[in-house]
Amino acid sequence: MAGGKEIKSKIASVKNTQKITSAMEMVAASKMRKAQEGMAASRPYAENIRNVIGHIALGRLEYRHPYLEEREIKRVGYIVVSTDRGLCGGLNINLFKQVLANSAKWQEQEIEVDFAVVGSKATSFFNNMGANVTAQVSGLGDRPSLTDLIGSVKVMLNAYDSGDIDRLFIVYNKFVNTMTQEPTIDQLLPLPKSDDEEIKHRWDYIYEPDAQAMLEQLLVRYVESQVYQGVVENLASEQAARMVAMKSATDNANDLIDDLQLIYNKARQASITQELGEIVAGAAAV
Amino acid sequence: MSAMTVNLNVVSAEEELFSGRIESLQITGSEGELGIMPGHAPLLTSLKPGMARIVKYGGEEEVIYLSGGMLEVQPNNVTVLADVAVRANDLDEQAVLEAKKRAEEHMNAHGDDVNYAEVAAELARVTAQLRVIQATKKKV
Repeated sequence: MAGGKEIKSKIASVKNTQKITSAMEMVAASKMRKAQEGMAASRPYAENIRNVIGHIALGRLEYRHPYLEEREIKRVGYIVVSTDRGLCGGLNINLFKQVLANSAKWQEQEIEVDFAVVGSKATSFFNNMGANVTAQVSGLGDRPSLTDLIGSVKVMLNAYDSGDIDRLFIVYNKFVNTMTQEPTIDQLLPLPKSDDEEIKHRWDYIYEPDAQAMLEQLLVRYVESQVYQGVVENLASEQAARMVAMKSATDNANDLIDDLQLIYNKARQASITQELGEIVAGAAAV
Repeated sequence: MSAMTVNLNVVSAEEELFSGRIESLQITGSEGELGIMPGHAPLLTSLKPGMARIVKYGGEEEVIYLSGGMLEVQPNNVTVLADVAVRANDLDEQAVLEAKKRAEEHMNAHGDDVNYAEVAAELARVTAQLRVIQATKKKV
């Protein structure tokens, strides 16, 4: 029975892999639910603060915060949020492609690009690429906390304050639904302007107590909430992408097992037929 | 003629508490009580622990406890960005009373390890929660 044994052991090995992928699928499914809840909980805050910031960017304020000034662009910064682990389909690679396409546009205009990376996948990718990585954080786990992120965000904000970078973006996978995660590039600084038509005239806020203190408090919160939201959205995207990837891997393993089983059965039948033929031929010869 | 309304969003870091059209909003700013009506001039202020009384479109009232945060007013849009916010109906009076007692004890303990500012803030929060509870009770 030539090849029969090899095929059998191959089937066994595919079955083992399938066990792993289906277990990973279930783990990802349960983690996704939690990550999705966390993301949905903080999403309204992030969206509303973005709206408020959009209004502020439109106003003619008495206190011009540096975050409000559009400067001539000599260098831009990206905060790239990626996953810590692989086996989640094309999630990270699609995101990096977007970043590269986007940053290539700057480089054409001879504008340099800095990266602050979140997650070990982005770390290794941008380091291998030889990109200019100024800050790095990874190993955030399933419940990312703001305090872990603050460090690398601070690096970028300081660079902005000191005029090293003139524009700051955040890049993450936006969770649309289980099947779709959308690579998203949002501008953090200078503040993106709202497209609300009704308030496009000269106006300023009434401040209580004080313009500078209020704006500073609000802007810090804005940046924190946007980065945090990016990270939790990316986390939910990661689990969803992994779940889908592992589901298709499990299905593929099933197909593979079916094919191998067929080959095995054919080989077995062929060898039986051959043996029978030999016996009959041997009996006829006697 | 339909009543004047303005769009209000109340969000905390954990959830969205209110979103919809309102007739007026009464809220505790850092400089004192504020009343916001539709068409208010643009305003940006920080909030103290206190309550937000919302009069919804149609006259129905809702009370929310806020532990602080920020308020942005635009003529057509009002946004409350709260640190922590709880609907008045979700506050547990018994738990709040106990917390108040604890905070007062801390206040009077005068130990070296007592962070006065922290305890005072805690007491202010609890007192505000209590006021919210009493305000809802009176209404019922």
